[in-house]
Amino acid sequence: MSFLDKHGAVERNLGLLFVFSIIVVLIGGIIEIVPLFYLKNTIEKVEGMRPYTPLELAGRNIYVREGCYTCHSQMIRPFRDEVERYGHYSLAAESMYDHPFQWGSKRTGPDLARVGGRYSDDWHVAHLKNPQSVVPESIMPSYTFLANSKLVTSDIQAHLKANRMVGVPYSDEMIENAVADLKAQGNPDGDGVEEMQARYANAASRYFDGNKNELTEMDALVAYMQMLGTLVDFSLYKAEDNLR
Amino acid sequence: MKNGFEAGVVGLAAFLALMGAAFSRDALFQAHAWVLFFVLVVSTVILIRRVKFYPDNVAVPDADESDASGYMDGVIRFGIIATIFWGLAGFLVGVVIASQMAWPVLNIEPWLNFGRLRPLHTSAVIFAFGGNALIATSFYVVQRTSQARLFGGNLAWFVFWGYQLFIVLAATGYLLGITQSREYAEPEWYVDIWLTIVWVCYLIVFAGTLVKRKEPHIYVANWFYLSFILTVAILHLVNNAAIPVSFLGVKSYSLFSGVQDALTQWWYGHNAVGFFLTAGFLGMMYYFVPKQVNRPVYSYRLSIIHFWALIFLYIWAGPHHLHYTALPDWAQTLGMVFSIMLWMPSWGGMINGLMTLSGAWDKLRTDPIVRMMVISIAFYGMSTFEGPMMSIKSVNSLSHYTDWTIGHVHSGALGWNGMITFAAIYYLVPKLWNREKLYSLRMVNWHVWLATLGIVVYASVMWVAGITQGLMWREYDSQGFLVNSFVETVSAIHPEYVMRAFGGLLYLSGGFLMAYNVYRTIRGDVRQEAPMDAPAALTPAE
Repeated sequence: MSFLDKHGAVERNLGLLFVFSIIVVLIGGIIEIVPLFYLKNTIEKVEGMRPYTPLELAGRNIYVREGCYTCHSQMIRPFRDEVERYGHYSLAAESMYDHPFQWGSKRTGPDLARVGGRYSDDWHVAHLKNPQSVVPESIMPSYTFLANSKLVTSDIQAHLKANRMVGVPYSDEMIENAVADLKAQGNPDGDGVEEMQARYANAASRYFDGNKNELTEMDALVAYMQMLGTLVDFSLYKAEDNLR
Repeated sequence: MKNGFEAGVVGLAAFLALMGAAFSRDALFQAHAWVLFFVLVVSTVILIRRVKFYPDNVAVPDADESDASGYMDGVIRFGIIATIFWGLAGFLVGVVIASQMAWPVLNIEPWLNFGRLRPLHTSAVIFAFGGNALIATSFYVVQRTSQARLFGGNLAWFVFWGYQLFIVLAATGYLLGITQSREYAEPEWYVDIWLTIVWVCYLIVFAGTLVKRKEPHIYVANWFYLSFILTVAILHLVNNAAIPVSFLGVKSYSLFSGVQDALTQWWYGHNAVGFFLTAGFLGMMYYFVPKQVNRPVYSYRLSIIHFWALIFLYIWAGPHHLHYTALPDWAQTLGMVFSIMLWMPSWGGMINGLMTLSGAWDKLRTDPIVRMMVISIAFYGMSTFEGPMMSIKSVNSLSHYTDWTIGHVHSGALGWNGMITFAAIYYLVPKLWNREKLYSLRMVNWHVWLATLGIVVYASVMWVAGITQGLMWREYDSQGFLVNSFVETVSAIHPEYVMRAFGGLLYLSGGFLMAYNVYRTIRGDVRQEAPMDAPAALTPAE
């Protein structure tokens, strides 16, 4: 093992130790991460993916703010039990507009990747206000304050712009109408609902929190959860087309 | 004039924080700017009160010059106290959130809900407790093994206080709801920038001290510390790449999305374990274990192989956090294979640490600090065996998303990181404060057993909880239907959650015992007690 005896040179020279250490720790990361950006089969082609509507994005930011990811994953693995419990396994394409991703690492509560449309808006509101009122054994904290917190809408345009800078394809029109679209989605009886839906396919417009007078953080969070996993129509999705 | 410049700079920063609050674009940024303003104003007042004036022709005395050793130890003394303080805070929040999972009524919305407290716990323990321990011990070790005073004068103080400011901003941010949702990298962009500045200064102080070393060889502990500082810098910069919505607002959007973002995050996340919690703490092991048992490191060659293999292999292991997800299979498989290979250098390191006791195993009986070190290294070995096992895809399909992972992390964090840090603290305190010995060795012994029992309870109930959960999720009846609803798998592990909180409480109580012991040692007290190292009463063989 004579090469080990030559190690003394590295031990006596800080520059060598410095440079070798950096090279050695960079190799693995480069080989694993860099190809994900250019290998085309990393993300399969699917129909239906679109950027989040302004209200959904605001809801997503509340989801992030409250640390929902600490207990809920958004990544269904391709196992029989998970597919039966939660729905079709998650595709890479389904989180292509997620900055940052919300796959999570722990299921203290169930996976939420396809929670959209599974429960009514009323159920979500009741559950968020007092989880034990609808699921007695639940250990989830309550989020009553969301229903009383007015949603801040003034800066939503800047949020869409920041998303565009990191690669989400928001058009100029979407950015221009961000505030109007946000309000239209939470006010089905108001103006601009059809224009909003023309820009964002399959976006629902409802009084998500049941309160017609005010747009609250509860509206945004429920709007976000009700669209989770609903964008891709799996009756049309052919997995074999993406075999790699 | 001493401290005058510093007071001015901090005062100016306080003014800027006030401006930040005034012109903020969102309520959270405003709240955070007020926190910063308050902290900086208090710091300014303290600094102004400590301004001293000297005539031009008189050399300004440095408070640390009084250290008989000639080394810069003042900042290390502060670091030790900060380590203990943040450790207790982190353990306490851990017990609180463990209790919240057993009794959800303990959640107090919005600021003290589990989702906001959990990052507070993880960051307090990893970065505040672990980080302060690493900075303090690395400053101590690099001076002693280089026979040189810390490079950069007061820069070391900037590193210390700058790092505390980072902790305060991160912690208050979590409670306010300011988070990137990237596990163990939750602080938002402006806190990340601040940490980058502090970290670069840390590297300058550490590497600068190595440059002016009087020993020709760089001691092995310093290789580990250096690679930890370097790699954490790289990880931090890449994983936190983000575009802020406004320079006066908290929110930012990560540069990457979906799959790429997930792998970047877990490349970071796993190497926060690999470099922050492993390489750095191995630096501690390679210095404090030989010192405490008064024997040389077992094998010089093994330490070379240990070092290079460990830092090379660790980086690859990140994808094992993403098994069976939408991450491409090739990356998952690479992550799994390298995780299993990682077992070898990890156990090489464990053997090197344990075998350092060759010829001194009797100390295990008489010296509770050595006992603590051995338990620590044993937990290092156990959790680095468990980790590769859990990274095998078929095992991971059961263990992932369950409390098994939480148990695994805690056997590493409480067992390995916690115990080696406590041992280093017990070693350092009498030396740093010039005390003949610790206040009480018997209390150290109590600490050893309280902490060990706490970890054993914690880890074993989390195995049970995790495997129960994993099996219940995939349980089918004879008709081919899923047996359990999700919430049944939650209520099934309630007893384990209660036991886990109890295990954490034991560990926390050990921490309080240490704080008291250290406090009395610093005061210079010595407890009247029967010595630990009295020869055992010999009874003649019959």
